[in-house]
Amino acid sequence: MKSLEELQAIRAKMQGRVGFRSEDESQTRVVVGMATCGIASGARPVLSALADAVQEEGLNNINVTQTGCIGLCQYEPIVEVMEPGKEKVTYVKMNPEKAMEVFRLHLKGGQVVTKYTLAAEQK
Amino acid sequence: MYRSHVLVCGGTGCTSSGSHRIIEKLEKEIKKQGLEDEVGVVKTGCFGLCALGPIMIVYPEGSFYSMVKEDDIEEIVSEHLLKGRVVTRLLYDETVKGAEVLPLQETEFYKKQKRVALRNCGVINPENIEEYIGTGGYEALGKVLTEMTPEQVIQVMLDSGLRGRGGAGFPTGLKWKFAAGNPSDQKYVCCNADEGDPGAFMDRSVLEGDPHVVLEAMAIAGYAIGASQGYIYVRAEYPIAVQRLNIAIGQAREYGLLGKDIFGTGFDFDIELRLGAGAFVCGEETALMTSIEGNRGEPRPRPPFPALKGLYQKPTILNNVETYANVPQIILKGPEWFASMGTEKSKGTKVFALGGKVNNTGLVEIPMGTTLREIVEEIGGGIPNGKKFKAAQTGGPSGGCIPAEHFDVPIDYDNLIAIGSMMGSGGLIVMDEDTCMVDIAKFFLEFTVDESCGKCTPCRVGTRRMLEILEKITKGQGTMEDLDRLEELAAHLSSNSLCALGQTAPNPVLSTLKYFKDEYIAHIVDKKCPAGVCKDLLQYKIDPDKCKGCTLCARNCPNNAITGKVKEAHVIDQEKCVKCGACMEKCRFGAIYKE
Repeated sequence: MKSLEELQAIRAKMQGRVGFRSEDESQTRVVVGMATCGIASGARPVLSALADAVQEEGLNNINVTQTGCIGLCQYEPIVEVMEPGKEKVTYVKMNPEKAMEVFRLHLKGGQVVTKYTLAAEQK
Repeated sequence: MYRSHVLVCGGTGCTSSGSHRIIEKLEKEIKKQGLEDEVGVVKTGCFGLCALGPIMIVYPEGSFYSMVKEDDIEEIVSEHLLKGRVVTRLLYDETVKGAEVLPLQETEFYKKQKRVALRNCGVINPENIEEYIGTGGYEALGKVLTEMTPEQVIQVMLDSGLRGRGGAGFPTGLKWKFAAGNPSDQKYVCCNADEGDPGAFMDRSVLEGDPHVVLEAMAIAGYAIGASQGYIYVRAEYPIAVQRLNIAIGQAREYGLLGKDIFGTGFDFDIELRLGAGAFVCGEETALMTSIEGNRGEPRPRPPFPALKGLYQKPTILNNVETYANVPQIILKGPEWFASMGTEKSKGTKVFALGGKVNNTGLVEIPMGTTLREIVEEIGGGIPNGKKFKAAQTGGPSGGCIPAEHFDVPIDYDNLIAIGSMMGSGGLIVMDEDTCMVDIAKFFLEFTVDESCGKCTPCRVGTRRMLEILEKITKGQGTMEDLDRLEELAAHLSSNSLCALGQTAPNPVLSTLKYFKDEYIAHIVDKKCPAGVCKDLLQYKIDPDKCKGCTLCARNCPNNAITGKVKEAHVIDQEKCVKCGACMEKCRFGAIYKE
């Protein structure tokens, strides 16, 4: 390494990985239900699709993680998006394609994808 | 991308309680469940809560698992990492509040801590330079080399008020300024990692958890004083620290952060390790440099001070590991930031190795000026078994005891000296009512007698004479005149010894004499040890009213000193009794007591 720019490049690359190890309130949390019901209805590919997308786009302010049974087993796979200072949004009956739509429109675009939410499903 | 990071402590404490086996098992289990692309395992440095090791933290949840066993791994992987259900029964108790899981920062142990020197310990993988860079590592070096003059660097250090963390508390900036002001063809930057105080292990933890911070700070110091070569003198008894330092130096060279023409600025700096053989005196600066040169580690008179004639007779600075660990943060965040923490004359934070009779033994970093009460009762979680606080020992064999009456004194360099102790490297041993203060003084003198290098007479002979007097007292053969002679000898040692080892050796005796003279007198006049520690002054006895004659004590006595018939009160033969206490431990009726 011969320049500060190279150092900055390594830092930028690593920041997401190391910054992840803090309990930061400003992070958006994306939680995928991964109990038996979730896994059985296909939560694993949803989780990895979201995790990969966040990584590829380098969105360091988003944590993708898993959780247990939310209690709405018939609606699995469930993805919840928790943005700081906003109400939780619950997406139901997800698959990798729908999850990518949520990623593009909601996580990147800031627009809730109403048609996939629990509220829409229950109508 | 890893959606979850599992951090396992790889410090010495957790390694000795088996964290390497935990890591192996964890990696195997993660693979078995097919999670190897989603979950990353990171071996980190010390988290500080060594009493609860092996320790594991899972992010992003921040779940803090303590005392993890190999058998728990399968459950953690299948429940937490796969299904996202935190394994509550393995969580650190303090983080569980009803059904809620509290963040670690809200527990008593971490709440009052402020981690500056330890900021990366337990956060990054110390064997990966890129993780260090990811937390802002080597940016301070870049800033110094490209934007600042050596004079400006020294001014920042002076303004920050940083003082040496190795014990004496000499202002770091001033040390650098002296060395910078002495022109020479060659100068040296040394790091004192010969941590020798019994019970102190903060330097080891920094080296194990964040070795690059020391390398970066030494390079900054090299630029400031005009040196191109650094040496780290680390004790050979720290194998993990040595190994990680070697890895770190190798990686830094590979990335061009050590060696020739760093950041293309024409600045050259390299670092070599020197292993110490574990002599306490080699932590003294002149002895340390003599040892680096390949000679027997003995101190020499000062002046000339190392800033003028140090290693190989060239201007040299020597700073402690923890001191260096503060430097890059001061450069990046500014001297005002550092000076905003702490007290008027002691800035920043200090790491303490909390040990002895306290619930949360481990490593804590607190702002200067925190009181002993906060450290012991809040961070340390109080004293086990409901016993009473008696004193705290700081500064190791050079320091003294702080009695309960000074429980609320804000801890900083000057306050500790004012009450007859010293900061030292930050060992803090808590003692309860079962501790005999004469015995403690004797313990530390035994240590200095062993570790005196023998070069100067006051230390070599003086410490031994003092120890002999203490042995006499603990055997009940002391006289009141002995106390005067102890004080007289102490004064001679302090004023005539060649180096700090001898000069400060009487401190444990003087401070216990000052605050606990009544205990010395009890040993001498009443021939009693009030704490029940000194074996020659106590007798084990059986209360005939409580003894049921179960014969358990007699069967467990290693020397057959207890006699008595079944269902009749037993008796201890004082001639035969070796005072091991086995009978008292075994008795189910509390019939055996010592006095």
